[in-house]
Amino acid sequence: MTHQDVANFAESWGLAFLFIMFVVAVVYAYWPGYKKKFTKAASRPLDEE
Amino acid sequence: MTTLDSPPTVSNMAKGSMTLFLGVGVLLALLIVAKTTSAAMAFHGYIMIFAFTLGIVGVINLGFGKGGRITAEASPAGVFYNDGVIKACVIAAVFWGIVAFLAGDILAWQMSYPALDLGLPWTNFGRLRPLHTSAAIFAFGGNVLLASSFYVVQRTSKARLAGEIAPWFVFWGYQLFIVLAATGYLLGITQSREYAEPEWYVDIWLTIVWVVYLLVFLGTLWRRREPHIYVANWFFLSFIITIAMIHVVNNLAVPVSFTEPKSYSLFSGVQDALVQWWYGHSAVGFFLTAGFLGIMYYFVPKRAQRPVYSYRLSIIHFWSLIFLYIWAGPHHLFYTALPEWTQTLGMTFSIMLWMPSWGGMINGLMTLNGAWDKLRTDPVLKMLAVSIAFYGMVTFEGPLMAIKAVNSLSHYTNWTIGHVHSGTLGWVSYVSFGALYCLVPWLWKRKELYSLKLVNMHFWISAIGIVLYITAMWVGGITQGLMWRAYDNLGFLKYSFVETVEAMHPYYIIRAVGGLLFVIGALIMAYNLWRTARGHGDAVPIGQAVPAE
Repeated sequence: MTHQDVANFAESWGLAFLFIMFVVAVVYAYWPGYKKKFTKAASRPLDEE
Repeated sequence: MTTLDSPPTVSNMAKGSMTLFLGVGVLLALLIVAKTTSAAMAFHGYIMIFAFTLGIVGVINLGFGKGGRITAEASPAGVFYNDGVIKACVIAAVFWGIVAFLAGDILAWQMSYPALDLGLPWTNFGRLRPLHTSAAIFAFGGNVLLASSFYVVQRTSKARLAGEIAPWFVFWGYQLFIVLAATGYLLGITQSREYAEPEWYVDIWLTIVWVVYLLVFLGTLWRRREPHIYVANWFFLSFIITIAMIHVVNNLAVPVSFTEPKSYSLFSGVQDALVQWWYGHSAVGFFLTAGFLGIMYYFVPKRAQRPVYSYRLSIIHFWSLIFLYIWAGPHHLFYTALPEWTQTLGMTFSIMLWMPSWGGMINGLMTLNGAWDKLRTDPVLKMLAVSIAFYGMVTFEGPLMAIKAVNSLSHYTNWTIGHVHSGTLGWVSYVSFGALYCLVPWLWKRKELYSLKLVNMHFWISAIGIVLYITAMWVGGITQGLMWRAYDNLGFLKYSFVETVEAMHPYYIIRAVGGLLFVIGALIMAYNLWRTARGHGDAVPIGQAVPAE
């Protein structure tokens, strides 16, 4: 494994990995089924005590 | 009143194994004292023996004569929250904060008048400087993060902290780390890695403490009564895990002997520099940013009595921030032996960071939506809001300075110092002060703070201090950068180095005055918090009748 191999890996698979993770996070955040859960969570600090 | 848990107890098994662990610590420290040729390390050995022995007494004393029962009060919801350890963290944070700010201002005056180093080795700039940075980041910031993470994880999980000995071990173990680090710097022990100056044995100790911190945090999440883990806890968790990772890798070293302080890093040359700045900038990203964003996501909604503006945005904020920050380190090594593509990578990721940072800033500020009027009446909320504004400014300036062309002007100049301090004073300290002003009345069960007027005074005095500091460093830094690169028409450098130093003198004095104002503000806060804890002024105990006007 040379330096070039590592650099190529980072430039291709690394990029794909980070981009896919970003898409997963966005899909998770906007998944319609979670809307209620997230609306409730937004008020969590306001629960009593 | 019904309670969800039974009152907390501590088992003899846990007490026994902890005593054994500390006993082994005493023996190892004795070995160091007996064998070392370094007076400073022997001094550290004595401190360790003293601390571990006190620890053993403390562990045995826990629940002694009460069948292991721990004194604890159930909350209105019936949870036995562990608030004692949080109180200790709050007190330590205020104390170390004043030490850190004072050390910083002494250094600022030393820069203005070098004779102020008194000609003594212990007060030399090179030894005091790591004392200032470590005290500010790890002692002040660290204790604020311990306090707020312990508070937030319990409240948002509706569960008591995991373990009875473990949280106290984290608190006292962390203070021992701070004392060993700080005294080591003054006595001349350093491994010369920025923000990671303590030598190998102190690093090992911090690793043990940090792993226990992680276990306490995870254990508490494990016990949670709410199915969803609130976003502030994600930020805290990423902070704890990442600091563990970068601390261990950056400090991989071989000591010359197990009873001598000196060690050699596993890395050398440009690899060493990259590991160092991968650590350095990730510490900025995860210690000074992610951790304090955890504070923002709990204390701002709580203080404003408004829900988080967009919970969805907070999720995207979190994931994009943690995936980008870890790559930004190479921007500290532009125009060095570091490969060009690595420099470009560091620059690209730093610029991309602008987006999640501003997403977070907008989310924090917009949480005040519907509560903007409170900024007029509540100086604590004003402090929190201004901290978020500073977060926005500094995360705009950071990516700008990480552009290679801009960095060629700003690097090695006071502009960098100004940038760092608009982050640490404006963002980290202000959000911390806001959290401390919230925590003290909550923990000591007071209706209000002793005096909101004093909070307002603290706010304005330190705000003027910050403005003096950062404007002096901007103007001074750009002046310095331009002087360094000025040529005459024959191609010679226009200024000698000492001329550029002389040009800094007025800016250094302005900076030192700004720092002094910041110290005064912190002293006002300490006084106010002290009176609050004592129940003076408006800080009447909850449940006690207020006399009619």
